[in-house]
Amino acid sequence: MKMTFVALTLFVSSFAFAAQNFVFCMEGSPSSFNPQIVTDGVSMNSSAQTIFNRLVEFKYGSTEVGPGLAESWTIAADKKSFTFKLAKNVQFHSNANFKPTRPFNADDVVYTFKSQLDTKHPLSIPAANYEYFNAMDLGQIIADVVKVDDNTVTFKLKRPEAPFLANLAMDFASILSKEYAEHLIKSGKGLKALETAPIGTGPFIFKSYQKDSAVRYTANPQYFRGKPKIENLVYVIVQDPTVRLQKMKSGECHVMTQPQPQDLPQIAKLPNAKIVSIEGLNVAYVAFNAEKKPFTDAKVRQALSMAMNQKSYLDLIYQSQGTAAKNPIPPSMWSYNNSTKSHTYDVAKAKQLLTEAGYANGFETELWTMPVTRPYLPNGKKLGELIQADLAKIGVKVKLVTYDWPVYLEKSRKGEHQMIQMGWTGDNGDPDNFMNILLSCSSIKTGSNLARWCDKDFDALITKAKEDSNMAARTGYYQKAQLIFNEKKPWYAVAHAKANVVISDKVVGYKIDPFGHENFQSVDLK
Amino acid sequence: MSFSIIRLIPGDPVLHLIGERGASEETIAQIKKNLGLDKSVVEQYLIFTGNAVRGEFGESIVSKQPIIQEFKVFWPATFELAFFAILWSSIAGVILGIVAAVKRNSVWDYGAVSLSTIGFAMPVFWWALLVIFFFAVTLGLFPVSGRIGVEYDVPYRTGFFLIDSLFTEDKGAFFSALKHLVLPAFVLGTVSLALIVRVTRSAFIDIQKEDYIRTARAKGLKPAQVVFKHIFKNALPQILTALGLAFGQLLTGAIMTETIFSWPGLGRWLIKSIEARDYPAVQAGIFYSMLIIIIVNFLTDEAIKVVNPKLRESL
Repeated sequence: MKMTFVALTLFVSSFAFAAQNFVFCMEGSPSSFNPQIVTDGVSMNSSAQTIFNRLVEFKYGSTEVGPGLAESWTIAADKKSFTFKLAKNVQFHSNANFKPTRPFNADDVVYTFKSQLDTKHPLSIPAANYEYFNAMDLGQIIADVVKVDDNTVTFKLKRPEAPFLANLAMDFASILSKEYAEHLIKSGKGLKALETAPIGTGPFIFKSYQKDSAVRYTANPQYFRGKPKIENLVYVIVQDPTVRLQKMKSGECHVMTQPQPQDLPQIAKLPNAKIVSIEGLNVAYVAFNAEKKPFTDAKVRQALSMAMNQKSYLDLIYQSQGTAAKNPIPPSMWSYNNSTKSHTYDVAKAKQLLTEAGYANGFETELWTMPVTRPYLPNGKKLGELIQADLAKIGVKVKLVTYDWPVYLEKSRKGEHQMIQMGWTGDNGDPDNFMNILLSCSSIKTGSNLARWCDKDFDALITKAKEDSNMAARTGYYQKAQLIFNEKKPWYAVAHAKANVVISDKVVGYKIDPFGHENFQSVDLK
Repeated sequence: MSFSIIRLIPGDPVLHLIGERGASEETIAQIKKNLGLDKSVVEQYLIFTGNAVRGEFGESIVSKQPIIQEFKVFWPATFELAFFAILWSSIAGVILGIVAAVKRNSVWDYGAVSLSTIGFAMPVFWWALLVIFFFAVTLGLFPVSGRIGVEYDVPYRTGFFLIDSLFTEDKGAFFSALKHLVLPAFVLGTVSLALIVRVTRSAFIDIQKEDYIRTARAKGLKPAQVVFKHIFKNALPQILTALGLAFGQLLTGAIMTETIFSWPGLGRWLIKSIEARDYPAVQAGIFYSMLIIIIVNFLTDEAIKVVNPKLRESL
C-alpha cells in the first residue's frame, strides 16, 4: 500500500514543464517539409517559415515585401528583368548525413527555380507537380534564371508581371540547397529525403517529426539575422479545437491557432492567456453561377443580394469576428475601393427587381453550403439556413445542398452548382491574387471562378493591372474593377473574417500575421 | 472489400489535394498519372492485389511516404492504448460483475450494472472532454492530450512508448508516457466495461444455479472458495470470449478517443485518410485492422482452450 502511494506521488509529480521548450499547438499535421510541393498552411508554417528563407520576405506581421536572402534588387526599364544582390556568408543547416561545404550563393537560387520550372532538370523531384509554382503561373512568367556572379542573380520574364516580387516572397519560393540535393542523389537517398529531412538557412533547424504528434526544432546558432531566443521549438499537433483550448488552459501550449468563435468570450477571461487578432486577408462569398438561368441576368443577382440580411450573418455566424464585405478584396489590402456601395437590405426593392426580371413569383434554386470549417467561414450550414429564410421572403425557394469536401470541390469546379458558398485566403498580399484567380475569364477554365462570370471590361482592367508595375496606376485599375463587380454582383460578398491566435502571457514579441504565417524567430518566453 | 468501398465513395483525392485553388485539366491529369489513378479500376485492382500478397501497400497519396512505414508508427500507439484500456476494464469489469452477481438484486448489483451502462451509453467524445476538463484542467493531475511530454524526444525503437522511453537516459520519460496514457485508456475502457460487467454477472448467475455448485456449498466450502474455485473457473471462457469481442469494439472506440486526445494511432490515421480519399492508406488500414482482430480472436480462442480443457474439442 505504502509502495503504491510512493509510486503514485512520484508519478504525479514527475509532470514538470521544461522552461526552455516553446510549444506551439497547431490544428493539423504537415504533409511534407519541402515548401515547394506543399499547399496547406500547416505544412508551410512547419517548413518555409521555420526552416527556410526566401529571396525577399514579407516583413514580420505585415504584407509589405522586404529583403530576405537578397539584400537589394533592381528592376529593368522594360519591367522584364529583376536582378537580386544576395547576402554573403549565409550558412545552410547540417544534419546527421550532410554538412555544407560552402555558404549560400547564386547556384542555390538558380537550382531552386529551375528545378521547378523544368521537370527535366536533373535535380527536379520526379513526379512532383509543384502545384503552387504553377498555380501562381510562374512557369508561364519566368523565361530564365541566370547566375551573374556568386552573389548576383537575374530573373528574365516573358512578360511584365507586377505581382512577381510578391510571388517570390511566398512560401513555395523558399531557397533550397543545391549542394544538399546533389548529395542526396549521390548518396542514393534520392530527392524524396527533401520532404523528411529538410535543410534550409532559416532560424530553426529541423530535428524530428513524429507523425500526427509533434515536430521538433532547435535554434540555428548561425542564423544570419542572429540566433533565435527560443532554444527548443516544438509544434504539437492537436486537431480538436476544444482540446487545444484545454491544453492552453492547463499551460501545455504557449501559442494556439484557430480558437472557435464561440470560445472567445471564455478565453478573454483566462488569467494566463490572451487573444491576438488581425483583419484576415480573406473573403467569404456566395457565388451566383452566371452561366445558369436565372443568374445570367444581373438583375436577378442584384435582387437576391438585396434580400439577404448581411447584418444577421455577421452577428450570428461570425459573432463579431468578421467585417461586412462589399468588394472581393479585404479592406486591409491596398487598392480596396471604399467608395463602392455596401449591400442594401431592402426586401420590397428586391421583389420589384425580381418582377422586372420576369420572376414575379420567384423561382426554385439550390444553394451549396460549405461542408468544412474554414478560417473565412465558421459555419456554412447555418449561413445557408439564414440565406434560405431571407430569400423565401421574396419567393425564392432555396434548397440547401452539401457534399463531402472533395466532392464539393470537384462538382463546383465543373460548374454544377447554382448558388455556392466559398471563400479565399490571400497568398501574396496582391489584389491580383484575388481578382484574377477568382473572377477572371481564364479562371472559368481552371475552375476557380465559381461565378463563371466573364465580363470583358472587368477582365481588361485586371489584365492591365497585372502587367503595370506602377502602383498608382494599378490601384486605379483595381478600384474601377471593383465598381464593375459591385454593380454586376457575380457574388454576394459575405464577410472578411478576423484571424485569432491565443497566446500565453509568458510569450513576448509575438506578432500575428495577416497571411496566417507563424514565425518564432524573434519570439521569447518570459 | 477494402479496395472497392473507398472507391465507391464519391470524391477525387487529387481535387482534395488541390483545395479551393483549382488547377488546369492538364495539371490534374498529370497528378493522376503520377499517382497511378489514370488506369482503369480493374487495372488498379490487379496492381493492388498483386502488391498486397507481397505485403506491399504502396505510398500514401497525401504524405507520399510508404504505407508500411506509417503503419509501423501508428499501430503500436493504438495497441498500447487498447491494451491498457482492456486491462483496466476487464479487471474492473470482472470485479464489478462478481459483486453484482453475488449480491444480486442489492444496491451493489443495481449500482454496478447502471454505472457500467451509463459508461457504455455516454458518447465517447463528450465523456472524453468531461474527463479532460476535470482531471487535466481543473485538478491538473494529468496532461490534456498527446503521448508524451514535449520535453522528451523518444527515438523510435518498437513504437511502444512505454518500452521506448525506458531506453532514453531521462527516466522521467517513462512516467510522462504513462501519465499521458491514463486518461485516454480510462475513457476507451469505459466502452467495453459494460459488456464485461454484464457477461461476468450473467455467467456467474447461471453457474450459481448449477448442481455442482450446490454440491460444493453442501460440502461446507467457504463462500469465497466457491466463488473463485468453482464459479469463476467455469465462467472464465465466457468472460474471455467477451474480451475478444470487446477488443474489436475498442478499435472502433479508438477512432474517437484518438481524435480527442491527439493520440497518433491507427484510428485517427484511418479517419484522416478517408477524408482525403487516400486510397492506398485506407485499403492498408482496413486490411491491417482486420488482421489484428483475427489474430486477437485466435488468441482468445487459444486462451479459452487452456483454461477449460472441456472446450478443446468443441472449438
